[in-house]
Amino acid sequence: MLLVFPDPAPPELARTLDLGGSSWKAVSSTADAGAHEPDLGWAGTIVDATTDPEGAWAFLRAIRKQADEHLPVIVLIGGAQLTELEHRHDLFDEFCLSPFHPSELEARLQHLLSGDAAVVSSDMVEYGALTLNLETYQASIANKPLDMTYMEYELLKFLAQNPGKVFTREILLSRVWGYEYYGGARTVDVHVRRLRAKLGEEHAALIQTVRSVGYRFGESRWES
Amino acid sequence: MSIDQHREYVLRSVEERGVRLVRLWFTDVLGNLKSLAISPAELDNALTDGMTFDGSSIDGFSRVQEADVLAIPDPDTFEIVPWGDRKEPEARVFCDIHNLDGTPFAGDPRQVLRRHMKAAHEMGLTFYVAPDIEFFYFEPLVPGEAPVPIDQGGFFDLTTNDVTGELRKRTIRTLEQMGIPVEYSFHEDAPGQQEIDLRHTDALTMADSVMTFRLAVREIAARNGAHATFMPKPLEGVQGSGMHVHLSLFEGDNNAFFDADDSYNLSAKAKAFMAGLLRHAPEITAVTNQTVNSYKRLVPGFEAPVHLSWARNNRSGLIRVPIAKNDNPLATRLEYRSPDPACNPYLAFSLMLAAGMKGIEEGYILPDEADANLFEIGDEVLEQLGIGQLPTSLAAALETMERSTLVREALGEHIYEWFLRSKRIEWRDYKTHVSAFERDRYLTSL
Repeated sequence: MLLVFPDPAPPELARTLDLGGSSWKAVSSTADAGAHEPDLGWAGTIVDATTDPEGAWAFLRAIRKQADEHLPVIVLIGGAQLTELEHRHDLFDEFCLSPFHPSELEARLQHLLSGDAAVVSSDMVEYGALTLNLETYQASIANKPLDMTYMEYELLKFLAQNPGKVFTREILLSRVWGYEYYGGARTVDVHVRRLRAKLGEEHAALIQTVRSVGYRFGESRWES
Repeated sequence: MSIDQHREYVLRSVEERGVRLVRLWFTDVLGNLKSLAISPAELDNALTDGMTFDGSSIDGFSRVQEADVLAIPDPDTFEIVPWGDRKEPEARVFCDIHNLDGTPFAGDPRQVLRRHMKAAHEMGLTFYVAPDIEFFYFEPLVPGEAPVPIDQGGFFDLTTNDVTGELRKRTIRTLEQMGIPVEYSFHEDAPGQQEIDLRHTDALTMADSVMTFRLAVREIAARNGAHATFMPKPLEGVQGSGMHVHLSLFEGDNNAFFDADDSYNLSAKAKAFMAGLLRHAPEITAVTNQTVNSYKRLVPGFEAPVHLSWARNNRSGLIRVPIAKNDNPLATRLEYRSPDPACNPYLAFSLMLAAGMKGIEEGYILPDEADANLFEIGDEVLEQLGIGQLPTSLAAALETMERSTLVREALGEHIYEWFLRSKRIEWRDYKTHVSAFERDRYLTSL
């Protein structure tokens, strides 16, 4: 079941989804989304940002903060709105210019849902010598258990689920901690330093510092 | 992150790792670590509702008529204790103390620091600290005999039979396992004296870390046949143990103390903060240096500060502005040099922040840098320059604190009153003590 924002959905979007045979539900708030969430969770979200951009971004921010698992998001924007995507890359996975061609939206949607599903549903995250069991919250490096605080675990989990991607401190702070934390952005450095110490010298390089940007887990996707 | 996920993580870890005992840690007004041990079966309940205990049994906590208080674990501080029995693992978690109605308990030092961190946060600021902690290793103590330092090493010495090096190494490994990052460690100036410098974190996390640090150092020393002490001046004639604290304020990713256009690379905020610290230093000294013995360290000639001054490279002043490596804006900071490692870190950090913030709020003007060696300048000249001194005894420090509205407000009435009362008693006990010094000097000659 797809989550659609806002309610009512734009007629063109509703028609495309219906013709494509998708089941969907339009909502006007995250509370709505929570109330109507199917047992298996939402498969993905389509957010129309052309009519009320402010409301749409706020909705996505709230969704990202609440969701336990990564919810695939596709956002519909007008051609003049492309600059709005800057600094918001953590809020969506895919976008489509609106007015859209129905078959393009369908193709993008299909691509988005097929790509992510396998990763999200797995309980184990493995990378080199590192193993995270998301079911039991236990982690090990070279088969030795890692003792971590909850936030250290959450940070490592987030990084390990997105290997090769560079994240700024702000993104990590907002995605892992949420905005309310009063430790400030340097908190990310403190936790990375702790994680490296706990991973041990041999594996500390799993978390790379990307100078004047932030951090990356594992090797870059673009280097061999 | 919801508190439920925190809780689930802790409960699940206890189960998966077979933890047998969970220690609920908190700190009394004088900075002593207190612990309430519970079985894992009780943990779920403790995380949800807290654990009730009789606060009147803890120094500086509640009065008898309102005895019961509530310890509520801070789940993000949950850690397996690495020095215990591997087969019967133990864990610890720091607690905030609350009244039974759920309001923060006024006698809890951790709540005091939490309040100051929140106030700074509301102004968009985060307070970061990094302490350099000094301490001594002695041979196991023999009652009635003078303590024997574990080695005769000096500053940065690498001795051949390096017992202390090995002890330090084990300690650092343990600290890192508990999430306390160490920046440097070395042999200090005096025999048996060590220094371990911690990497900066926000002040609340650091206060927790200092509490863990003191326990870990003592614990590992004891397991290896040595006695570690944070007493400020354990040996006469050599330098004492200080806890220099590096301070900075950040606005998000930016260091609020840095200004590239200033000749010192210090922002107006940094200067006003420093002015606040300098002006209020005498008032907060009873807390940063809380024992009778503390004032035997704060004397000229042993690398400890005496004068209320600041400088870049002069280590005789109260505040040093270290030159940042490679002009790194993030490393611009102030080093406040008077505290000793026997203080209550929650209260000491709270007062440093309060004194500095007062300077910022009121726009205090920073006096000129004092780059001469102040120990070589006569008192009259210093007076002309307007350079005062830190209190020279616990009694003097308490008198200054008693007149301080800043300290009263920053600590809250409960802790302020209790601290003064308790320390007055300590001073009275000391005053009536007849020491070996007096007997040696007077018994035969008078």
